[in-house]
Amino acid sequence: MKNRNDILDAAEMVISADNLTKCFKDFTAVDHITFSVRKGEIFGFLGANGAGKTTAMRMLCGLIKPTSGQGFVAGFNINKEAKYVKKNIGYMSQNFSLYEDLKVWENIRLFGGIYGLNDKEIADKTNILLKKLGFEQERNKIVKSLPLGWKQKLAFSSAIFHEPKIVFLDEPTGGVDPSTRREFWEMIYDAADRGITVFVTTHYMDEAEYCDRVSIMVDGKIDALDTPKNLKATYNAENMDQVFRQLARKAKRTAK
Amino acid sequence: MNQFSSFVRKEFCHILRDKRTLLILLVMPVVEIILFGFAISTDVRNIRLGILDPSNDVATRSIIQDMDASKYFTVNLVLHTPEEIEEAFRKNKIDMVIVFEDKFYERVVHNGSASVQLLADGTNPNTAKIGVGYATNIIMAYQMRLSQKSAFSGASSATIRIVPNIKMLYNPQMKAAYTFVPGVMGMILMLICSVMTSIAIVREKERGTMEVLLVSPVKPISIILSKTVPYLVISIVNMITIFLLSIFVLKVPVSGSMAWLIIVSILFIFVSLSLGMLISSIVKTQVAAMLFSGIGMMLPGMLLSGLMFPIENMPVLLQWISYMVPAKWYITAVKCIMIQGLDISYCLTELYVLLGMAVLFIFISLKRFKYRLE
Repeated sequence: MKNRNDILDAAEMVISADNLTKCFKDFTAVDHITFSVRKGEIFGFLGANGAGKTTAMRMLCGLIKPTSGQGFVAGFNINKEAKYVKKNIGYMSQNFSLYEDLKVWENIRLFGGIYGLNDKEIADKTNILLKKLGFEQERNKIVKSLPLGWKQKLAFSSAIFHEPKIVFLDEPTGGVDPSTRREFWEMIYDAADRGITVFVTTHYMDEAEYCDRVSIMVDGKIDALDTPKNLKATYNAENMDQVFRQLARKAKRTAK
Repeated sequence: MNQFSSFVRKEFCHILRDKRTLLILLVMPVVEIILFGFAISTDVRNIRLGILDPSNDVATRSIIQDMDASKYFTVNLVLHTPEEIEEAFRKNKIDMVIVFEDKFYERVVHNGSASVQLLADGTNPNTAKIGVGYATNIIMAYQMRLSQKSAFSGASSATIRIVPNIKMLYNPQMKAAYTFVPGVMGMILMLICSVMTSIAIVREKERGTMEVLLVSPVKPISIILSKTVPYLVISIVNMITIFLLSIFVLKVPVSGSMAWLIIVSILFIFVSLSLGMLISSIVKTQVAAMLFSGIGMMLPGMLLSGLMFPIENMPVLLQWISYMVPAKWYITAVKCIMIQGLDISYCLTELYVLLGMAVLFIFISLKRFKYRLE
């Protein structure tokens, strides 16, 4: 782990947010958050329900416009260059981004097509991907018939199919068993090793331990941001769960 | 371009995979045309006839025979006194009564005139009117034969009265199917284009896949347009099916220009597709899309398009509302070209209105389509 942090310390910034704010009418969902993420880093974005995680993530993806503040993703301004931001990111939402009534290979072909890959590239990469996932038998299966864990792996693979600089994962492992989650995280590490920056929100505190750095959002603000190890030391906690409880206790907002 | 084509391929996959819906979409026009053409015919047949015939002579018997022989009437009841008439109507045994004068034949031969009364059940004005019309024709035909016969034999100086020649314009056989074809066309195209397109777009919003598409560099316009392509294809297939069925099965001739008929239909398909896009930009769930386009658009579309009830008879307010129904303009144009065989210059108004609607709907839906999820 130490090695990894040394490499990251030298890496350039691929995400930076400067006083990013989003208001819906008189409700401030995200309140002046400032942070940055380094290339190849696995950045955990934690917070209770309604803390503003998803809104912050959507702003960074160019899905919604910030009310105020600046943000740069992959070197592009999220306010003015959303189009270029979109070209350089991958995204996997909590209700996984796959079409359930399409076959496995049709889903992959669609995502390849969306990001402008040609048919030949898509076909080649699909073969490699399915082999790596061990999904060759399932190539022609309808996605609906796959188990949840497989769908999530496939969704993640589709999200990074076009080799984006950053991949945003919004609660990617909801509802699956610990061993499948473990396998999923191996895929995340693998992507990070290839230089893809991973920005992930999660509810599972054991997953927070796997991240290089973790930020904890409370009521629209970032209350803590450090490596899991440092956070545990600061809050005098045994694990991330205790850190999270100490911070989340202060929250005044109730979940949506 | 590869982006767009991969979207279109995806849409076709969605539709082809859902075989049941596809089957419904393709078979529905066939069923509807056949239903409207044959079963739900507004043609009047087998009117139950009551007879009050005090004369019972060669003339009245001949007329009654003619009536019974025609497919429009069946003699159901022979009455003996005028009092029985009302009772028979009340018990719903008959739809119409024909009352002859006494000494009918004698009067015809000697006086040159005799009267016959037709009583019809006015609670069903349509049937009554048509029935009286048919009966009059049969009586007139008999009178013609009689006049010719007597003139030929020279036996008496029977006057040849002028028989009113009722000619039905555009629909000489009074075939109800004629007028239904444009209506069914309008309904089906509207249904497939508006309802199916809006549901298909909203489904993505509901399932959360739209979010993923919006994060991608694909232009929102390509996402929306790719959704309409498969339904455009299905609508054109349906249009061809309906035309073939109505020409070869219902024997409705296309009196006017086939080319213009197709142009107007495709224009209407565009209007409906853009309406579907517009609906999808307003509603959030599939159920809402269904209700909005199904009940909100189809019902007024059917009722106010002139398909079921003539617009001329509606209150002014409803007439104004009917001007906003795209199907109304389309149905009028198709009637104009297909049934009446008029030149396109007679339905330019309809053409321009449809064109205007298409432009307006596309413009608004593009403006409204939120490419940022807010």
